[in-house]
Amino acid sequence: MNENLFASFITPMILGLPLATLIVIFPSLLFPASNRLVNNRLISLQQWVIQLVSKQMMGIHNSKGQTWALMLMSLIMFIGSTNLLGLLPHSFTPTTQLSMNLGMAIPLWAGTVITGFRNKTKASLAHFLPQGTPTPLIPMLVIIETISLFIQPIALAVRLTANITAGHLLIHLIGGATLALMSISTTMALTTFIILVLLTVLEFAVAMIQAYVFTLLVSLYLHDNT
Amino acid sequence: MASVVPLKEKKLLEVKLGELPSWILMRDFTPSGIAGAFQRGYYRYYNKYVNVKKGSIAGVSMVLAAYVFFNYCRSYKELKHERLRKYH
Repeated sequence: MNENLFASFITPMILGLPLATLIVIFPSLLFPASNRLVNNRLISLQQWVIQLVSKQMMGIHNSKGQTWALMLMSLIMFIGSTNLLGLLPHSFTPTTQLSMNLGMAIPLWAGTVITGFRNKTKASLAHFLPQGTPTPLIPMLVIIETISLFIQPIALAVRLTANITAGHLLIHLIGGATLALMSISTTMALTTFIILVLLTVLEFAVAMIQAYVFTLLVSLYLHDNT
Repeated sequence: MASVVPLKEKKLLEVKLGELPSWILMRDFTPSGIAGAFQRGYYRYYNKYVNVKKGSIAGVSMVLAAYVFFNYCRSYKELKHERLRKYH
């Protein structure tokens, strides 16, 4: 139990070649593209989902921020589909690796900050000092705001990693407990099984919510900076 | 027995068993040949199960089932220690 609890989080390799690349590319197979007006059911479903999400998420931005629409929609579809595919048995979820989430969070956050500095320099620097602070507090507050700015990408990445990893670990643990309890007391095993079912439903929700939260926060940082 | 149709243009089910090794060797193993094979295979599956007027959930589920099976094969080495045995 000790070693194989974390065995599902090891980056998969086959004969020394990284298999993780294939697993990261796999969700794109499930999103076909089409040039037609009227498509098959799979593509129509995806178009409906993307229109719903993009209207809701890009509505708050001005025209400069809306140039980010493609990036944010790809982001939410990628994280959502990767998290949901990770709920299948035995599969590897790339978003459990902190390296990948940092690779997604840092460039996007840096992009929003640099856009803000280039286009509205005074306004983005003004974010470091909230309105109406008493004068003696100003130096300390600037330091605190700077720290809170630089912690944004780390928080984005760690939030996603921790939520998904914790969910997977809980499912493994409770599933193992159910199996072990079956020979000891069937009612307890049944209770644990019901907990497992509820947890799986929660994990489906968490998978989608985490994708949404990640994208929403990037979009919020963008809104501040355009 | 000489074939009337050249070996290269026959489909797999029409190749006789004795001609099978030479048929396999004649296939196109260049990178663009392999990419073409993957593309043909993808479109064959897509047009049969997904790109139809009333596609069902079976088209996507078969892909997901194959994905689960692939991951099972990949992690079999760790999984075989979890079988129900008295002595491991």
